[in-house]
Amino acid sequence: MTMRIKEDISKAIDKVDSREKIDGSAPFTADIQLEGMLHARTFRASVPKALIKDIRLPELPEGYFAVTREDIPGKNIVKMIYEDWPVFAEKEVNHIGEPILLLVGPDKEKVQDLLEAIEIDYEEKKPVFDFTESVVDFSFAKNDADTAFREAEKTIEKVYETGYQEQAYIEPQAFVGYKEGDTTTLVGSIQCPYYVKNAVMETLAAGENEVRVIQAPVGGAFGGKEEFPSLTACQLAVALQKTDRPIKLVYDREEDMEVTTKRHPAKVKMEAAIDKTGRITGMRSHVALDGGAYIGLSGVVLSRGMLAVTNAYTIENVAVKGDVFRTNTVPNGAFRGFGAPQMIFSIEMFIHHIAQDLGLDTYDFRRRHLVKQGDRTATAGLYRDPIILPEMIEKAVEMSDYHEKKKAFAESDEWKGIGMSFFFHGCGFTGSGESDIIKAQVKLRKDEEDNVHILVAAVDMGQGPKTTFRKLVAKVLDIPLEKVVFNYPDTRYVPDSGPTVASRTMMVVGGLLARAAKRLGEEWEESSEQVVVEQYKQPEYIEWDEEKMQGDAYPAYSWGVNVVEVEISKATYEPTIKNVWSVYDLGKAIDERIVLGQIEGGQVQGLAYGYQEVMGHNNGRIMQKNLTDYIIPTAVDVPKMKSLVMDNPYPLGPYGAKGVGELTLVGAAPAVALAIEDAIGRQIKKIPATPEYIMELIRNG
Amino acid sequence: MAEVTFTLNGERTTVDAPLNMRFLDVLRVKKNLTGQKEGCGEGECGACAILLDGHIVNSCLLPLGSVSGRDVVTIEGFKQTERFRTIQEAFVHEGAVQCGICTPGMVIAAESLLRHNPRPTDEEIRIGLSGNLCRCTGYNMIVAAVKRATKRGEGLW
Repeated sequence: MTMRIKEDISKAIDKVDSREKIDGSAPFTADIQLEGMLHARTFRASVPKALIKDIRLPELPEGYFAVTREDIPGKNIVKMIYEDWPVFAEKEVNHIGEPILLLVGPDKEKVQDLLEAIEIDYEEKKPVFDFTESVVDFSFAKNDADTAFREAEKTIEKVYETGYQEQAYIEPQAFVGYKEGDTTTLVGSIQCPYYVKNAVMETLAAGENEVRVIQAPVGGAFGGKEEFPSLTACQLAVALQKTDRPIKLVYDREEDMEVTTKRHPAKVKMEAAIDKTGRITGMRSHVALDGGAYIGLSGVVLSRGMLAVTNAYTIENVAVKGDVFRTNTVPNGAFRGFGAPQMIFSIEMFIHHIAQDLGLDTYDFRRRHLVKQGDRTATAGLYRDPIILPEMIEKAVEMSDYHEKKKAFAESDEWKGIGMSFFFHGCGFTGSGESDIIKAQVKLRKDEEDNVHILVAAVDMGQGPKTTFRKLVAKVLDIPLEKVVFNYPDTRYVPDSGPTVASRTMMVVGGLLARAAKRLGEEWEESSEQVVVEQYKQPEYIEWDEEKMQGDAYPAYSWGVNVVEVEISKATYEPTIKNVWSVYDLGKAIDERIVLGQIEGGQVQGLAYGYQEVMGHNNGRIMQKNLTDYIIPTAVDVPKMKSLVMDNPYPLGPYGAKGVGELTLVGAAPAVALAIEDAIGRQIKKIPATPEYIMELIRNG
Repeated sequence: MAEVTFTLNGERTTVDAPLNMRFLDVLRVKKNLTGQKEGCGEGECGACAILLDGHIVNSCLLPLGSVSGRDVVTIEGFKQTERFRTIQEAFVHEGAVQCGICTPGMVIAAESLLRHNPRPTDEEIRIGLSGNLCRCTGYNMIVAAVKRATKRGEGLW
């Protein structure tokens, strides 16, 4: 069967990798069995802050060995944006679960027994858990917020708090490694093959050709396999230098929950200056993130959070500050939305609360402040492209009967409520990241049988590029889908097209592929081998001052509206989600069913962030140890959802596509929190809005 | 160590292993049947689900000794059936698969449900799948797939 993509590119096709996943034959990392393979387990710190005085290993039987920081040939630092995270703890430990060494051997259970026999002496120090030690701070401003506040008729200030969120991918962290001559090869569950490769090269002090990284099918990631796998890969790579045999390093769930990166808990202060006409003339904000023990990507998360400060609204005068605070807890990191969920929750609640405090209609108040094409962003960049938010809001209102329901619920004795969030998401890397740091490159290779091979480092972790990239290239070249090949990325063959993050995969990498395919089509010679390479070029009109955080923080924005209806039990205070409606502008869907999957999955994850998923630590120890006590939604928690995607093609995206993945998560938490506050008539300032918190709000009046 | 005999995907099988060995490990390590995944090791996520005498069971909580004399069907065995093909086509059609790590377990859950209730309501499908966690899809497309399988597979269950 040959399939040509003749129709509108949005029309769904069958995903190319579904069948092997349904029948269980897709080889996930933990499924890989190699001759003579050894198993590695990690010995970890049991205290939040201490100097290591002494470590005593049990006698290791033949074939078992330990891997410590002394075995590291290169730098004992995981190469990331901030380089402060050791591969193995140096002389001190800074969080419970910090890796100290690996034990490796043929029998997994024996390795575990030996691990438990390790003795360690600490000189404990006083850990820090509060927001006192800032390790990253940023600020930016637009026009003159101080004057706006001085001249304000009224000012309003509120503080919002958000909790941890665990990615809870169903496949825990996993790598298999082996040596091929001088080359150290790592196969793993990863989002960013080149992050892993670059980190391992640094740790091994190895050359370009001495490290090879291959992506295995990824059993969910959501940011949790963005930077964290660089750490485990470095450890495993060091272990591989001590043996000729392959090694498997697979976390079990408890280890994964306790030690891997999570969404940063945040505290966001919001202040608004209001003029006589009831218009917001100025906004000030401070964002505080709990970074955990090491900075990792926290600074980048902070900046994306801060940049979302005005969300879907235009505010004339803005001043924003933010800090990442170091605490003696597990390092926090990337998670779908990347700082934006914390800020979008805060601004969406705040703009409602301002209207409520002023005695104004929340819907009208928000509509009056809505962003328009040509307006200036919070960093004085330009909203260049058409914005169809008013039409989207009207559709969402119509689909959900928002106004009728709001009125009916207000008159009802039951605790029923409806909430609506407006939101945006900046597509691709922040600021000059794409042009100065990533410099993405893609390659198309046509073989003599005229098969076109897609060579990029973007991974399919469920979100569909194995299908959508092939569809895109087949459509541009007008060749059958079967003639386009896209294997799991292997750094031996694929150029660095950047990490699979930041909702950039289709817009940026797909955009480059579309360009490469167009050129290949123009230069096409039957039955001959041809190679086309494309490199990212920042559009010339984009201006960004990294130092001052001024200008266009993103080349494009995707937009969304979520409406959530809840009912709260008067007996248990438990919210039940009754309905969800949503409208999105993501430019153009490259496959409407894959986009629907992103919408449904992202919303459910975002809703759960808002009311269901509770995680905390006690003296630095994560209290939720497994999926039995970290509760994520099941099929019975989820209502039917109705969604609509409105085309608004972005000129530089392939067929007009913008970012999708993160957008679908960021608006759900405020929508559910607004629905809960509509039901109970109290302002919600904290998520997750658990039954305990709802009860407290109701009792305290 | 003990010899335990049971039926595995239609064939009589004997395994020589400790009686308390997790059946998930028996399948994955001893039998190289890796369609069963380990997501949590605590019976919460359902990625390791198998059919034991026709009912869904989490194999991570099942000791080898408990399967003596019983009938075990894994995804690799179920794959050979018309019912599987019907469920598979429905999952593909409805876009019920994203990362795919939970999917074999979801298929086993669907089979276990339909075997005992060939015409489930939406609510019964949700309850039938509620022992299996999926973090990608938000479930509705899986529910739709099971619904489609019941319609397409009329008479199969």
